[in-house]
Amino acid sequence: MHRLTIHELHKKLKGKEVTAQEATEALLKRIKEVDPKIKAYLTVTEKEAIAGAQEADRRIADGKISPLTGIPLAIKDNMCTQGIQTTCASKILEGFIPPYDATVVKRLKDEGGVLLGKANMDEFAMGSSTENSRFTVTRNPWNLETIPGGSSGGSAAAVAADACIAALGSDTGGSIRQPAACCGVVGMKPTYGRISRYGLVAFGSSLDQIGPITKDVEDCAILLNAIAGHDPLDSTSINLPIPDYSKALIKDVKGWTLGVPKEFFVEGMDPQVEEEVGAAIRVLEGLGATVKEIALPHTGYAVATYYIICTAEASSNLARYDGVKYGFRAPESKELMEMYQETRSEGFGPEVKRRIMLGTYVLSSGYYDAYYRKASQVRTLIKEDFEKAFDQCDVIITPTAPTPAFRLGEKMEDPLQMYLSDIFTISVNLAGVPALSIPCGFSNEGLPIGLQIIGKHLEEERIIQAAYTFEQNTDHHTKRPKLS
Amino acid sequence: MKVEIGEVEHVARLARLKLSEDEKELFTGQLNAILDYMEKLNELDTGSIEPTFHVVSHQSVMREDAAKESQPQEAALDNAPDKAQGCFRVPKII
Repeated sequence: MHRLTIHELHKKLKGKEVTAQEATEALLKRIKEVDPKIKAYLTVTEKEAIAGAQEADRRIADGKISPLTGIPLAIKDNMCTQGIQTTCASKILEGFIPPYDATVVKRLKDEGGVLLGKANMDEFAMGSSTENSRFTVTRNPWNLETIPGGSSGGSAAAVAADACIAALGSDTGGSIRQPAACCGVVGMKPTYGRISRYGLVAFGSSLDQIGPITKDVEDCAILLNAIAGHDPLDSTSINLPIPDYSKALIKDVKGWTLGVPKEFFVEGMDPQVEEEVGAAIRVLEGLGATVKEIALPHTGYAVATYYIICTAEASSNLARYDGVKYGFRAPESKELMEMYQETRSEGFGPEVKRRIMLGTYVLSSGYYDAYYRKASQVRTLIKEDFEKAFDQCDVIITPTAPTPAFRLGEKMEDPLQMYLSDIFTISVNLAGVPALSIPCGFSNEGLPIGLQIIGKHLEEERIIQAAYTFEQNTDHHTKRPKLS
Repeated sequence: MKVEIGEVEHVARLARLKLSEDEKELFTGQLNAILDYMEKLNELDTGSIEPTFHVVSHQSVMREDAAKESQPQEAALDNAPDKAQGCFRVPKII
Protein backbone atom coordinates (compact mmCIF):
# COMPACT_ATOMS: atom_id res chain seq x y z
CA MET A 1 0.00 0.00 0.00
CA HIS A 2 2.84 2.41 0.84
CA ARG A 3 4.01 2.26 -2.79
CA LEU A 4 0.83 3.87 -4.12
CA THR A 5 0.62 7.37 -5.60
CA ILE A 6 -2.04 9.88 -4.53
CA HIS A 7 -4.26 9.10 -7.52
CA GLU A 8 -3.90 5.33 -7.06
CA LEU A 9 -4.74 5.44 -3.35
CA HIS A 10 -7.61 7.86 -4.05
CA LYS A 11 -9.16 5.30 -6.39
CA LYS A 12 -8.94 2.58 -3.76
CA LEU A 13 -10.41 4.86 -1.07
CA LYS A 14 -13.22 5.93 -3.36
CA GLY A 15 -13.93 2.34 -4.36
CA LYS A 16 -14.01 1.37 -0.65
CA GLU A 17 -11.26 -1.21 -1.28
CA VAL A 18 -9.33 0.27 1.60
CA THR A 19 -9.97 2.75 4.43
CA ALA A 20 -7.91 5.83 5.20
CA GLN A 21 -7.08 4.31 8.57
CA GLU A 22 -5.69 1.16 6.93
CA ALA A 23 -3.64 3.26 4.52
CA THR A 24 -2.31 5.45 7.33
CA GLU A 25 -1.44 2.44 9.48
CA ALA A 26 0.41 0.88 6.52
CA LEU A 27 2.44 4.06 6.08
CA LEU A 28 3.21 4.34 9.80
CA LYS A 29 4.46 0.75 9.68
CA ARG A 30 6.58 1.57 6.65
CA ILE A 31 8.07 4.56 8.49
CA LYS A 32 9.01 2.28 11.42
CA GLU A 33 10.74 -0.08 8.97
CA VAL A 34 12.69 2.35 6.81
CA ASP A 35 13.08 5.57 8.76
CA PRO A 36 15.77 4.21 11.11
CA LYS A 37 17.87 3.85 7.93
CA ILE A 38 17.05 7.07 6.08
CA LYS A 39 16.02 9.36 8.96
CA ALA A 40 13.67 11.44 6.85
CA TYR A 41 11.42 12.50 9.74
CA LEU A 42 12.08 14.77 12.70
CA THR A 43 8.63 14.11 14.18
CA VAL A 44 6.18 11.32 13.39
CA THR A 45 2.67 12.29 14.47
CA GLU A 46 1.20 8.85 14.88
CA LYS A 47 -1.72 9.81 17.11
CA GLU A 48 -2.77 12.79 15.02
CA ALA A 49 -2.37 10.74 11.83
CA ILE A 50 -4.75 8.03 13.04
CA ALA A 51 -7.25 10.65 14.22
CA GLY A 52 -6.96 12.44 10.86
CA ALA A 53 -7.50 9.17 8.99
CA GLN A 54 -10.60 8.35 11.04
CA GLU A 55 -12.02 11.78 10.25
CA ALA A 56 -11.23 11.17 6.56
CA ASP A 57 -13.05 7.83 6.73
CA ARG A 58 -16.11 9.58 8.14
CA ARG A 59 -16.04 12.05 5.26
CA ILE A 60 -15.67 9.24 2.74
CA ALA A 61 -18.62 7.41 4.32
CA ASP A 62 -20.62 10.64 3.89
CA GLY A 63 -19.66 10.68 0.21
CA LYS A 64 -17.46 13.77 0.68
CA ILE A 65 -14.24 12.59 -0.87
CA SER A 66 -11.79 14.94 -2.58
CA PRO A 67 -8.50 13.93 -4.25
CA LEU A 68 -6.52 14.30 -1.00
CA THR A 69 -9.04 12.89 1.47
CA GLY A 70 -7.33 10.16 3.48
CA ILE A 71 -3.94 10.59 1.75
CA PRO A 72 -0.97 10.33 4.19
CA LEU A 73 1.47 13.21 3.66
CA ALA A 74 4.76 14.53 5.06
CA ILE A 75 5.42 18.24 5.63
CA LYS A 76 8.84 19.90 5.74
CA ASP A 77 9.55 21.08 9.25
CA ASN A 78 9.59 24.78 8.32
CA MET A 79 5.82 24.95 7.86
CA CYS A 80 3.79 25.68 10.97
CA THR A 81 1.53 22.89 12.19
CA GLN A 82 -0.82 23.75 15.00
CA GLY A 83 -0.02 21.80 18.15
CA ILE A 84 2.88 19.95 16.50
CA GLN A 85 6.51 20.95 17.10
CA THR A 86 8.00 22.96 14.21
CA THR A 87 11.76 23.38 14.48
CA CYS A 88 13.22 24.25 11.06
CA ALA A 89 15.81 21.64 12.17
CA SER A 90 17.26 24.34 14.43
CA LYS A 91 18.08 24.25 18.12
CA ILE A 92 16.79 27.81 18.36
CA LEU A 93 13.24 26.65 17.61
CA GLU A 94 13.41 23.42 19.59
CA GLY A 95 10.17 22.95 21.49
CA PHE A 96 8.25 25.55 19.46
CA ILE A 97 4.62 24.48 19.15
CA PRO A 98 2.87 26.76 16.64
CA PRO A 99 -0.52 28.08 17.76
CA TYR A 100 -1.74 28.06 14.13
CA ASP A 101 -1.43 26.15 10.84
CA ALA A 102 0.39 27.49 7.80
CA THR A 103 -2.10 28.22 5.00
CA VAL A 104 -0.83 25.23 2.97
CA VAL A 105 -1.25 22.91 5.96
CA LYS A 106 -4.73 24.23 6.59
CA ARG A 107 -5.65 23.66 2.93
CA LEU A 108 -4.41 20.06 3.03
CA LYS A 109 -6.35 19.43 6.24
CA ASP A 110 -9.49 21.05 4.78
CA GLU A 111 -9.28 18.50 1.96
CA GLY A 112 -8.96 15.67 4.48
CA GLY A 113 -5.23 15.06 3.96
CA VAL A 114 -3.54 13.08 6.75
CA LEU A 115 -0.36 14.49 8.34
CA LEU A 116 2.18 11.72 9.02
CA GLY A 117 4.91 13.93 10.38
CA LYS A 118 7.48 16.67 9.91
CA ALA A 119 10.37 16.08 7.55
CA ASN A 120 14.04 16.82 8.18
CA MET A 121 15.80 19.67 6.37
CA ASP A 122 18.90 21.83 6.45
CA GLU A 123 18.63 24.24 9.37
CA PHE A 124 16.36 27.12 8.26
CA ALA A 125 16.46 25.60 4.73
CA MET A 126 20.08 26.72 4.35
CA GLY A 127 21.95 24.00 2.54
CA SER A 128 21.96 21.57 -0.36
CA SER A 129 22.46 18.26 1.45
CA THR A 130 20.29 18.26 4.63
CA GLU A 131 23.57 17.79 6.53
CA ASN A 132 23.02 21.17 8.21
CA SER A 133 20.12 19.80 10.28
CA ARG A 134 20.91 20.24 13.98
CA PHE A 135 19.13 16.98 14.81
CA THR A 136 19.91 14.19 12.35
CA VAL A 137 21.48 13.38 8.98
CA THR A 138 19.03 12.13 6.34
CA ARG A 139 20.34 9.56 3.89
CA ASN A 140 19.52 9.01 0.23
CA PRO A 141 17.29 5.90 -0.12
CA TRP A 142 19.16 4.96 -3.31
CA ASN A 143 22.52 4.83 -1.53
CA LEU A 144 22.72 5.37 2.21
CA GLU A 145 26.23 6.81 1.95
CA THR A 146 25.09 9.71 -0.22
CA ILE A 147 23.15 12.89 0.53
CA PRO A 148 19.41 13.16 -0.25
CA GLY A 149 19.96 16.71 -1.51
CA GLY A 150 18.64 19.72 0.32
CA SER A 151 17.25 21.58 1.87
CA SER A 152 14.00 19.56 1.54
CA GLY A 153 16.01 16.32 1.83
CA GLY A 154 13.70 14.74 4.40
CA SER A 155 10.60 15.32 2.24
CA ALA A 156 12.27 13.96 -0.92
CA ALA A 157 13.79 10.93 0.86
CA ALA A 158 10.42 10.10 2.48
CA VAL A 159 8.67 10.17 -0.92
CA ALA A 160 11.42 8.08 -2.59
CA ALA A 161 11.40 5.52 0.22
CA ASP A 162 7.59 5.24 0.18
CA ALA A 163 7.54 6.56 3.75
CA CYS A 164 4.69 8.89 2.73
CA ILE A 165 2.46 9.12 -0.33
CA ALA A 166 3.60 12.66 -1.13
CA ALA A 167 5.18 15.64 0.63
CA LEU A 168 5.52 19.39 0.71
CA GLY A 169 8.90 21.09 0.48
CA SER A 170 10.06 24.67 0.12
CA ASP A 171 12.45 26.08 -2.46
CA THR A 172 14.53 29.25 -2.07
CA GLY A 173 17.35 28.35 -4.49
CA GLY A 174 16.57 24.79 -5.54
CA SER A 175 15.57 23.20 -2.25
CA ILE A 176 12.66 21.25 -3.77
CA ARG A 177 14.13 20.47 -7.20
CA GLN A 178 17.68 19.44 -6.25
CA PRO A 179 16.60 16.89 -3.57
CA ALA A 180 13.87 15.63 -5.93
CA ALA A 181 16.61 15.04 -8.53
CA CYS A 182 18.91 13.36 -5.99
CA CYS A 183 16.11 11.05 -4.77
CA GLY A 184 14.50 10.28 -8.15
CA VAL A 185 11.11 11.92 -7.55
CA VAL A 186 9.11 14.83 -8.99
CA GLY A 187 9.47 18.23 -7.33
CA MET A 188 8.00 21.57 -8.38
CA LYS A 189 8.75 25.13 -7.39
CA PRO A 190 5.71 27.10 -8.55
CA THR A 191 5.76 30.74 -9.66
CA TYR A 192 6.68 33.10 -6.83
CA GLY A 193 3.37 34.20 -5.32
CA ARG A 194 1.31 31.24 -6.54
CA ILE A 195 1.36 29.57 -3.11
CA SER A 196 0.80 31.36 0.19
CA ARG A 197 3.88 31.65 2.39
CA TYR A 198 1.81 32.36 5.50
CA GLY A 199 3.15 30.07 8.23
CA LEU A 200 6.28 29.16 6.26
CA VAL A 201 9.26 30.15 8.41
CA ALA A 202 10.90 32.91 6.37
CA PHE A 203 14.42 32.52 4.96
CA GLY A 204 14.70 34.63 1.78
CA SER A 205 11.29 36.25 1.51
CA SER A 206 11.58 37.37 -2.13
CA LEU A 207 12.69 33.85 -3.17
CA ASP A 208 10.93 31.32 -0.88
CA GLN A 209 8.13 29.24 -2.39
CA ILE A 210 6.34 26.10 -1.19
CA GLY A 211 5.74 23.23 -3.61
CA PRO A 212 4.89 19.53 -4.02
CA ILE A 213 7.30 16.58 -3.95
CA THR A 214 5.59 13.53 -5.43
CA LYS A 215 6.08 10.11 -7.02
CA ASP A 216 4.72 11.21 -10.40
CA VAL A 217 3.52 14.21 -12.39
CA GLU A 218 -0.19 13.51 -11.90
CA ASP A 219 0.31 13.72 -8.12
CA CYS A 220 2.19 16.99 -8.59
CA ALA A 221 -0.86 18.47 -10.33
CA ILE A 222 -3.22 17.17 -7.63
CA LEU A 223 -1.17 18.61 -4.77
CA LEU A 224 -0.71 21.90 -6.62
CA ASN A 225 -4.49 22.14 -7.08
CA ALA A 226 -4.90 21.88 -3.32
CA ILE A 227 -2.32 24.46 -2.24
CA ALA A 228 -2.28 27.10 -4.99
CA GLY A 229 -4.20 30.33 -4.78
CA HIS A 230 -4.48 33.75 -3.25
CA ASP A 231 -4.31 34.16 0.51
CA PRO A 232 -5.22 37.43 2.22
CA LEU A 233 -2.68 36.53 4.91
CA ASP A 234 0.24 36.74 2.43
CA SER A 235 0.46 40.11 0.68
CA THR A 236 2.85 38.65 -1.92
CA SER A 237 0.42 35.93 -2.99
CA ILE A 238 -0.98 36.56 -6.47
CA ASN A 239 -4.69 37.32 -6.70
CA LEU A 240 -5.53 35.55 -9.96
CA PRO A 241 -7.79 32.59 -10.69
CA ILE A 242 -6.20 29.15 -10.42
CA PRO A 243 -6.57 26.69 -13.30
CA ASP A 244 -7.31 23.01 -12.73
CA TYR A 245 -3.75 21.69 -13.10
CA SER A 246 -4.92 18.12 -13.70
CA LYS A 247 -6.35 19.35 -17.03
CA ALA A 248 -2.72 19.85 -18.12
CA LEU A 249 -2.00 16.11 -17.87
CA ILE A 250 -1.84 15.77 -21.63
CA LYS A 251 0.60 13.56 -23.53
CA ASP A 252 1.53 15.94 -26.30
CA VAL A 253 4.44 18.25 -27.09
CA LYS A 254 4.00 18.25 -30.85
CA GLY A 255 5.05 21.56 -32.31
CA TRP A 256 6.52 22.81 -29.03
CA THR A 257 9.86 24.56 -28.94
CA LEU A 258 12.21 23.44 -26.18
CA GLY A 259 14.84 25.99 -25.28
CA VAL A 260 18.19 24.55 -24.28
CA PRO A 261 20.50 27.18 -22.79
CA LYS A 262 24.05 26.77 -24.00
CA GLU A 263 25.40 28.25 -20.77
CA PHE A 264 24.12 25.25 -18.81
CA PHE A 265 26.15 22.67 -20.70
CA VAL A 266 29.65 23.80 -19.89
CA GLU A 267 32.46 23.11 -17.42
CA GLY A 268 32.02 21.03 -14.30
CA MET A 269 29.01 19.00 -15.45
CA ASP A 270 29.13 15.28 -14.78
CA PRO A 271 29.28 13.47 -18.17
CA GLN A 272 26.55 11.05 -17.09
CA VAL A 273 24.21 13.94 -16.26
CA GLU A 274 24.94 15.45 -19.65
CA GLU A 275 24.26 12.13 -21.35
CA GLU A 276 20.96 11.39 -19.59
CA VAL A 277 19.65 14.94 -20.04
CA GLY A 278 20.65 14.78 -23.71
CA ALA A 279 18.77 11.48 -24.07
CA ALA A 280 15.70 13.01 -22.39
CA ILE A 281 15.74 15.93 -24.82
CA ARG A 282 15.89 13.45 -27.72
CA VAL A 283 12.82 11.63 -26.30
CA LEU A 284 10.84 14.87 -26.40
CA GLU A 285 12.21 15.61 -29.87
CA GLY A 286 11.04 12.19 -30.98
CA LEU A 287 7.55 13.15 -29.78
CA GLY A 288 7.42 16.14 -32.09
CA ALA A 289 9.10 18.95 -30.18
CA THR A 290 11.77 21.14 -31.73
CA VAL A 291 14.96 21.92 -29.87
CA LYS A 292 16.35 25.43 -30.04
CA GLU A 293 19.57 26.63 -28.51
CA ILE A 294 18.85 29.71 -26.43
CA ALA A 295 20.99 32.07 -24.38
CA LEU A 296 20.70 32.92 -20.69
CA PRO A 297 23.86 35.02 -20.75
CA HIS A 298 23.92 36.00 -17.06
CA THR A 299 23.77 32.43 -15.73
CA GLY A 300 27.40 32.63 -14.62
CA TYR A 301 26.50 35.46 -12.24
CA ALA A 302 23.52 33.78 -10.61
CA VAL A 303 25.29 32.06 -7.70
CA ALA A 304 27.03 35.26 -6.58
CA THR A 305 23.80 37.27 -6.98
CA TYR A 306 21.77 34.70 -5.10
CA TYR A 307 24.10 34.40 -2.12
CA ILE A 308 24.11 38.16 -1.64
CA ILE A 309 20.32 38.51 -1.85
CA CYS A 310 19.36 35.42 0.13
CA THR A 311 21.83 36.06 2.94
CA ALA A 312 20.78 39.72 3.16
CA GLU A 313 17.12 38.69 3.47
CA ALA A 314 18.00 35.89 5.90
CA SER A 315 20.00 38.15 8.18
CA SER A 316 16.99 40.39 8.71
CA ASN A 317 14.42 37.57 8.82
CA LEU A 318 16.40 35.70 11.46
CA ALA A 319 16.76 38.76 13.67
CA ARG A 320 13.51 37.69 15.31
CA TYR A 321 15.17 34.74 17.08
CA ASP A 322 16.16 36.45 20.28
CA GLY A 323 15.16 34.01 23.01
CA VAL A 324 12.19 36.13 24.11
CA LYS A 325 9.04 34.93 22.39
CA TYR A 326 9.58 31.25 21.61
CA GLY A 327 12.11 28.47 21.32
CA PHE A 328 15.50 28.28 22.96
CA ARG A 329 16.95 30.79 25.43
CA ALA A 330 20.51 30.49 26.71
CA PRO A 331 20.23 29.95 30.45
CA GLU A 332 21.84 32.15 33.09
CA SER A 333 22.41 35.32 31.09
CA LYS A 334 22.66 38.29 33.44
CA GLU A 335 21.55 41.03 31.09
CA LEU A 336 19.58 41.42 27.88
CA MET A 337 22.32 41.92 25.27
CA GLU A 338 24.27 38.99 26.67
CA MET A 339 21.09 36.89 26.53
CA TYR A 340 20.52 37.77 22.83
CA GLN A 341 24.09 36.97 21.89
CA GLU A 342 24.37 33.74 23.81
CA THR A 343 20.96 32.51 22.69
CA ARG A 344 21.76 33.13 19.02
CA SER A 345 25.30 31.77 19.24
CA GLU A 346 24.19 28.51 20.84
CA GLY A 347 20.89 28.28 18.99
CA PHE A 348 22.14 28.67 15.39
CA GLY A 349 24.43 26.16 13.65
CA PRO A 350 27.55 27.07 11.63
CA GLU A 351 25.91 27.52 8.18
CA VAL A 352 23.15 29.74 9.58
CA LYS A 353 25.71 31.87 11.42
CA ARG A 354 27.84 32.10 8.27
CA ARG A 355 24.86 33.33 6.26
CA ILE A 356 23.75 35.78 8.93
CA MET A 357 27.32 37.15 9.00
CA LEU A 358 27.49 37.41 5.20
CA GLY A 359 24.03 39.00 4.99
CA THR A 360 24.79 41.48 7.76
CA TYR A 361 28.06 42.37 6.04
CA VAL A 362 26.53 42.99 2.59
CA LEU A 363 23.82 45.18 4.12
CA SER A 364 26.14 47.05 6.46
CA SER A 365 26.93 50.71 6.09
CA GLY A 366 29.41 51.32 3.26
CA TYR A 367 28.85 47.98 1.52
CA TYR A 368 25.15 48.11 0.64
CA ASP A 369 25.65 49.60 -2.83
CA ALA A 370 28.63 47.40 -3.70
CA TYR A 371 26.86 44.17 -2.82
CA TYR A 372 23.10 44.25 -2.19
CA ARG A 373 22.20 46.94 -4.70
CA LYS A 374 24.61 45.53 -7.29
CA ALA A 375 23.17 42.02 -6.87
CA SER A 376 19.61 43.37 -7.16
CA GLN A 377 20.58 45.03 -10.46
CA VAL A 378 22.09 41.79 -11.77
CA ARG A 379 18.87 40.10 -10.70
CA THR A 380 17.06 42.36 -13.19
CA LEU A 381 19.42 41.13 -15.94
CA ILE A 382 18.78 37.49 -14.99
CA LYS A 383 15.03 38.06 -15.02
CA GLU A 384 15.25 39.72 -18.44
CA ASP A 385 17.29 36.78 -19.75
CA PHE A 386 14.31 34.53 -19.05
CA GLU A 387 11.81 36.98 -20.57
CA LYS A 388 13.83 37.12 -23.79
CA ALA A 389 14.32 33.35 -23.84
CA PHE A 390 10.59 32.70 -23.54
CA ASP A 391 9.98 34.80 -26.66
CA GLN A 392 11.65 31.92 -28.52
CA CYS A 393 10.50 28.77 -26.74
CA ASP A 394 7.64 27.19 -24.77
CA VAL A 395 9.69 25.69 -21.95
CA ILE A 396 13.39 25.59 -21.08
CA ILE A 397 15.11 22.25 -20.47
CA THR A 398 18.24 21.89 -18.31
CA PRO A 399 19.78 19.44 -15.87
CA THR A 400 18.50 20.02 -12.31
CA ALA A 401 21.92 19.59 -10.70
CA PRO A 402 25.43 19.33 -12.17
CA THR A 403 26.09 15.92 -10.54
CA PRO A 404 24.10 13.06 -9.04
CA ALA A 405 23.94 12.95 -5.21
CA PHE A 406 27.41 13.37 -3.71
CA ARG A 407 28.77 11.49 -0.71
CA LEU A 408 27.88 12.52 2.83
CA GLY A 409 30.50 14.90 4.24
CA GLU A 410 32.05 15.58 0.84
CA LYS A 411 31.26 19.31 0.68
CA MET A 412 30.82 20.22 4.33
CA GLU A 413 34.25 21.82 4.70
CA ASP A 414 33.90 24.08 1.67
CA PRO A 415 30.75 26.23 1.69
CA LEU A 416 31.44 27.71 -1.74
CA GLN A 417 31.54 24.26 -3.37
CA MET A 418 28.25 23.44 -1.66
CA TYR A 419 26.74 26.70 -3.00
CA LEU A 420 27.80 25.78 -6.54
CA SER A 421 25.66 22.62 -6.48
CA ASP A 422 22.65 24.96 -6.87
CA ILE A 423 24.04 26.48 -10.04
CA PHE A 424 21.18 25.32 -12.33
CA THR A 425 18.30 26.01 -9.97
CA ILE A 426 18.89 29.41 -8.37
CA SER A 427 18.40 31.65 -11.39
CA VAL A 428 14.81 30.35 -11.50
CA ASN A 429 14.17 31.71 -7.98
CA LEU A 430 15.83 35.02 -8.82
CA ALA A 431 13.49 35.38 -11.82
CA GLY A 432 10.45 34.07 -9.89
CA VAL A 433 9.43 31.67 -12.67
CA PRO A 434 8.15 28.11 -12.08
CA ALA A 435 10.23 24.95 -12.63
CA LEU A 436 10.01 21.23 -12.00
CA SER A 437 12.50 18.39 -11.65
CA ILE A 438 11.62 14.97 -13.03
CA PRO A 439 13.72 11.77 -12.99
CA CYS A 440 15.36 11.19 -16.39
CA GLY A 441 17.85 8.38 -15.79
CA PHE A 442 20.45 6.90 -13.49
CA SER A 443 24.22 7.12 -13.11
CA ASN A 444 26.48 4.05 -13.36
CA GLU A 445 26.34 3.88 -9.54
CA GLY A 446 22.54 3.68 -9.71
CA LEU A 447 21.88 7.24 -8.50
CA PRO A 448 18.96 9.19 -10.01
CA ILE A 449 19.49 12.11 -12.38
CA GLY A 450 16.98 14.95 -12.68
CA LEU A 451 15.73 16.93 -15.67
CA GLN A 452 14.63 20.49 -14.99
CA ILE A 453 11.74 21.99 -16.97
CA ILE A 454 11.37 25.75 -16.56
CA GLY A 455 8.26 27.66 -17.60
CA LYS A 456 7.14 31.20 -18.07
CA HIS A 457 5.71 33.17 -15.15
CA LEU A 458 2.40 31.47 -14.09
CA GLU A 459 2.67 28.76 -16.78
CA GLU A 460 2.86 25.74 -14.48
CA GLU A 461 0.42 24.00 -16.84
CA ARG A 462 2.93 23.91 -19.69
CA ILE A 463 5.56 22.46 -17.38
CA ILE A 464 3.14 19.78 -16.21
CA GLN A 465 2.21 18.93 -19.79
CA ALA A 466 5.85 18.61 -20.88
CA ALA A 467 6.77 16.59 -17.78
CA TYR A 468 3.74 14.31 -18.14
CA THR A 469 4.51 13.68 -21.80
CA PHE A 470 8.10 12.74 -20.93
CA GLU A 471 7.08 10.57 -17.97
CA GLN A 472 4.40 8.66 -19.86
CA ASN A 473 6.87 7.84 -22.61
CA THR A 474 9.65 6.63 -20.27
CA ASP A 475 9.79 4.35 -17.23
CA HIS A 476 12.12 6.17 -14.81
CA HIS A 477 9.27 7.02 -12.43
CA THR A 478 8.43 3.34 -11.94
CA LYS A 479 11.84 2.53 -10.41
CA ARG A 480 12.24 2.35 -6.65
CA PRO A 481 15.26 2.08 -4.36
CA LYS A 482 15.93 -1.37 -2.90
CA LEU A 483 15.36 -0.54 0.74
CA SER A 484 14.29 -4.01 1.94
CA MET B 1 41.95 40.10 1.95
CA LYS B 2 38.70 42.01 2.03
CA VAL B 3 37.68 41.32 5.59
CA GLU B 4 40.01 41.43 8.60
CA ILE B 5 39.23 39.73 11.87
CA GLY B 6 38.27 43.08 13.44
CA GLU B 7 35.56 43.56 10.86
CA VAL B 8 34.25 40.06 11.49
CA GLU B 9 33.96 41.00 15.16
CA HIS B 10 32.09 44.19 14.24
CA VAL B 11 29.63 42.34 11.97
CA ALA B 12 29.09 39.68 14.66
CA ARG B 13 28.17 42.45 17.12
CA LEU B 14 25.68 43.90 14.63
CA ALA B 15 24.17 40.43 14.15
CA ARG B 16 24.03 39.80 17.92
CA LEU B 17 26.33 36.81 17.62
CA LYS B 18 29.12 35.93 20.01
CA LEU B 19 31.81 34.05 18.11
CA SER B 20 34.56 31.94 19.60
CA GLU B 21 38.17 32.66 18.56
CA ASP B 22 38.06 29.57 16.31
CA GLU B 23 34.83 30.71 14.68
CA LYS B 24 36.24 34.20 14.08
CA GLU B 25 39.22 32.73 12.29
CA LEU B 26 37.13 30.24 10.29
CA PHE B 27 34.55 32.87 9.23
CA THR B 28 37.25 35.39 8.29
CA GLY B 29 38.74 32.87 5.85
CA GLN B 30 35.40 31.68 4.49
CA LEU B 31 33.86 35.15 4.15
CA ASN B 32 36.92 36.29 2.22
CA ALA B 33 36.67 33.33 -0.15
CA ILE B 34 32.95 33.92 -0.72
CA LEU B 35 33.33 37.70 -1.14
CA ASP B 36 36.19 37.12 -3.61
CA TYR B 37 33.86 34.94 -5.62
CA MET B 38 31.22 37.69 -5.56
CA GLU B 39 33.71 40.04 -7.21
CA LYS B 40 32.51 38.41 -10.43
CA LEU B 41 29.55 40.78 -10.43
CA ASN B 42 31.89 43.72 -11.03
CA GLU B 43 32.53 42.39 -14.54
CA LEU B 44 29.05 43.72 -15.37
CA ASP B 45 28.32 47.37 -15.96
CA THR B 46 25.01 47.86 -14.16
CA GLY B 47 25.10 51.68 -14.04
CA SER B 48 21.60 52.46 -15.30
CA ILE B 49 19.84 49.19 -14.52
CA GLU B 50 16.90 49.30 -12.13
CA PRO B 51 17.33 46.88 -9.24
CA THR B 52 14.78 44.08 -8.72
CA PHE B 53 13.89 43.67 -5.06
CA HIS B 54 10.72 41.73 -5.72
CA VAL B 55 9.59 39.77 -8.79
CA VAL B 56 5.90 40.49 -8.42
CA SER B 57 4.62 44.03 -8.43
CA HIS B 58 4.55 44.75 -4.77
CA GLN B 59 1.97 47.03 -3.35
CA SER B 60 0.60 47.48 0.10
CA VAL B 61 -2.57 45.53 0.63
CA MET B 62 -5.17 47.17 2.82
CA ARG B 63 -8.03 45.47 4.57
CA GLU B 64 -11.03 46.98 6.23
CA ASP B 65 -10.21 48.36 9.65
CA ALA B 66 -12.43 45.95 11.53
CA ALA B 67 -11.78 43.99 14.70
CA LYS B 68 -11.04 40.33 14.03
CA GLU B 69 -10.40 37.35 16.20
CA SER B 70 -6.73 37.00 17.13
CA GLN B 71 -4.55 34.72 19.23
CA PRO B 72 -5.57 34.78 22.88
CA GLN B 73 -2.86 36.16 25.20
CA GLU B 74 -2.27 32.76 26.72
CA ALA B 75 -1.59 31.09 23.35
CA ALA B 76 0.79 33.89 22.36
CA LEU B 77 2.75 33.39 25.59
CA ASP B 78 2.67 29.59 25.52
CA ASN B 79 6.02 29.25 23.76
CA ALA B 80 7.88 31.86 25.79
CA PRO B 81 11.00 30.60 27.61
CA ASP B 82 10.09 32.90 30.54
CA LYS B 83 6.89 34.79 31.30
CA ALA B 84 5.20 36.53 34.19
CA GLN B 85 1.89 38.35 34.71
CA GLY B 86 0.84 37.99 31.10
CA CYS B 87 4.16 39.35 29.75
CA PHE B 88 7.41 38.03 28.30
CA ARG B 89 10.08 38.22 30.98
CA VAL B 90 13.70 39.05 30.06
CA PRO B 91 16.91 39.73 32.03
CA LYS B 92 17.56 43.33 33.09
CA ILE B 93 18.00 45.83 30.30
CA ILE B 94 19.83 48.70 32.00
